[in-house]
Amino acid sequence: MKNFTKVTGIAAPLDRANVDTDMIIPKQFLKSIKRSGFGPNLFDELRYLDEGQPDQDCAGRPLNTEFVLNQDRYQGAAVLLARKNFGCGSSREHAPWALDDFGIRCVIAPSFADIFYNNCFKNGLLPIILNDEQVDQLFCEVEAVEGYQLTIDLEKQVVVTPSGAEMEFEVDSFRKHCLLNGLDDIGLTLQNSADIKDYETRRRQEAPWLFDAIK
Amino acid sequence: MASKTLYDKLWDQHLVRQNEDGSALIYIDRQILHEVTSPQAFEGLRLAGRKLWRIDANLATPDHNVPTTERAGGVGLIVDPVSRIQVQTLDDNCDDFGVVEFKMNDTRQGIVHVVGPEQGMTLPGSTVVCGDSHTSTHGAFGALAHGIGTSEVEHVMATQCLIAKKMKNMLVRVDGLLGVGVTAKDVVLHIIGVIGTAGGNGCAIEFGGEAIRSISMEGRMTICNMAIEAGARVGLVAVDQTTIDYFKGRPFSPTEAQWDAAATAWKGLVSDDDAEFDTVVVIKAEDIIPQVTWGTSPEMVVDVTATVPNPEKESDPTKADGIRRALQYMGLNADQKITDIQLDRVFIGSCTNSRIEDLRAAADVVKGRQVASTIKQALVVPGSGLVKAQAEKEGLDKIFVEAGLEWREPGCSMCLAMNPDKLGSGEHCASTSNRNFEGRQGFGGRTHLVSPAMAAAAAVTGHFVDVRELMSS
Ligand code: SF4
Repeated sequence: MKNFTKVTGIAAPLDRANVDTDMIIPKQFLKSIKRSGFGPNLFDELRYLDEGQPDQDCAGRPLNTEFVLNQDRYQGAAVLLARKNFGCGSSREHAPWALDDFGIRCVIAPSFADIFYNNCFKNGLLPIILNDEQVDQLFCEVEAVEGYQLTIDLEKQVVVTPSGAEMEFEVDSFRKHCLLNGLDDIGLTLQNSADIKDYETRRRQEAPWLFDAIK
Repeated sequence: MASKTLYDKLWDQHLVRQNEDGSALIYIDRQILHEVTSPQAFEGLRLAGRKLWRIDANLATPDHNVPTTERAGGVGLIVDPVSRIQVQTLDDNCDDFGVVEFKMNDTRQGIVHVVGPEQGMTLPGSTVVCGDSHTSTHGAFGALAHGIGTSEVEHVMATQCLIAKKMKNMLVRVDGLLGVGVTAKDVVLHIIGVIGTAGGNGCAIEFGGEAIRSISMEGRMTICNMAIEAGARVGLVAVDQTTIDYFKGRPFSPTEAQWDAAATAWKGLVSDDDAEFDTVVVIKAEDIIPQVTWGTSPEMVVDVTATVPNPEKESDPTKADGIRRALQYMGLNADQKITDIQLDRVFIGSCTNSRIEDLRAAADVVKGRQVASTIKQALVVPGSGLVKAQAEKEGLDKIFVEAGLEWREPGCSMCLAMNPDKLGSGEHCASTSNRNFEGRQGFGGRTHLVSPAMAAAAAVTGHFVDVRELMSS
């Protein structure tokens, strides 16, 4: 997995609450059997004026110039500012894949839907929860100043604004450790194989009907 | 011993390892696989040279992409090439890894959340995961069940475990009994209207109270199915005799020799009387009447007798803005009566409402009536091949077809429109599914979530109507 230590980049404000994963990557693009290549269809229905099809070249499609990620000043954004309950809806991991493929490394919002939040960490993407006032402040600043950049320092757990102000954020220590080091969860879990086998031996005694039934 | 909630008990029973940093390794008894969220997981295993930890914990079936029209020609004849590749890839992966799969034309094929319980794959006291957020459905049986992402699907395949953090406990208690014509779908839509789509974030919601106890297993599944729409990955209902009876004689249920021990163990799957919940919400069953969503989030829901909200009357500016945006997308006017909303299509199906009881309720309403001439299409899509067979045995298919509805093959269909069943731009649909997000049922489509009986009533009148009026007439 890609690691995440410190990222500095343009922040783009997506000012709406309850952005769902259907919006982040509409279902017609879920038909791919790969993990990459979703970037051009990130926010497809908001970004383009026509209806997107899988395997289509997006270069010539009519853009919705009002959409934030289409505006010149936010080109190359690495940080997405969002509102409450970001990533709700379907569990599709295609949502963080699409954000990552587009170049977003971090999403800042007052709250996230649980599955999306979890999926981000598996893909080197950092979701940061700040309180409503802090998020409001960032929205104001980003809209006021062209070229506004944020620095995310995962080690120190702070978001640094251009004025040098720091906003602290929480992150679970296990997830932080994996993200900083780009560790693969499966490899880590397999180090506990003996525990898993012990559990299975015990469980087979207690609930034998949960074993060998599906054949 | 300290008292525990049902969720606490399920968590404790599956704890393999508790790490100091608060994360834990929990054991997964069952994983259900479908074609959309599994290919990258199988690919990951292959690339790392890993095997499945326990083949007999997995069951697969294609559902999201399969056509619901004639499909005797098999996978090779799926028209959309991208869908075809995905369904074929699932077949190939299951063959390669030795996973039991109900392939497209197997009568046991269907929507993952209908098939799992129907087969007795989901059992009380088990942990169930699937790369699909509506896995919360299986919590209706006192199972700890939740949706996961594709990386986690691969993690479970390779380790039979999930790295997890304990959620908070929330109880939603529905006191009293439901009125005639009020269904499980109305209950859960009403709950979401009360607590909001983020109301259950970070929580496992247990649904309890007299109303829930009196609801069938099918209805409890409908309620837990939409726990995710209230922000909770996990929905739960405590085990009672209704739960235990459901599993008698199902293919993957405990054998006769194991049955008594299993049933005894299951009886303990209830929250202790004095267990403490972090949040408790109490709702009166008598306050619930048939519900209709008017907007683009499941929390944008009102009684069928009400009107569409007016943003001018909303004091919170963010909410007012949300209402305005939704009204515009939905093509509705503030203060318009719900019963004045004209519909173009009707969809009866999805993992929320495609089980036999749902089909019976819809058939009851359309029997002897005709689909309104203004309705372009009314689809009935059973949740599995076995539901379809049962419905046909009861003659429900004939009732639907005579009334002018289409009777289809099982699958997700117009719930998310990954197959050819979809809404045209601007069309209004009365749908028994679970999400009314923008574009969910087709680009520009306008979804209104309702119960099967309400959808059937909309089909025969062409607009929303309180189904209780049709019942008394
Ligand atoms: S029926 Fe709809 S919600 Fe259910 S699994 Fe299929 S697509 Fe998902």
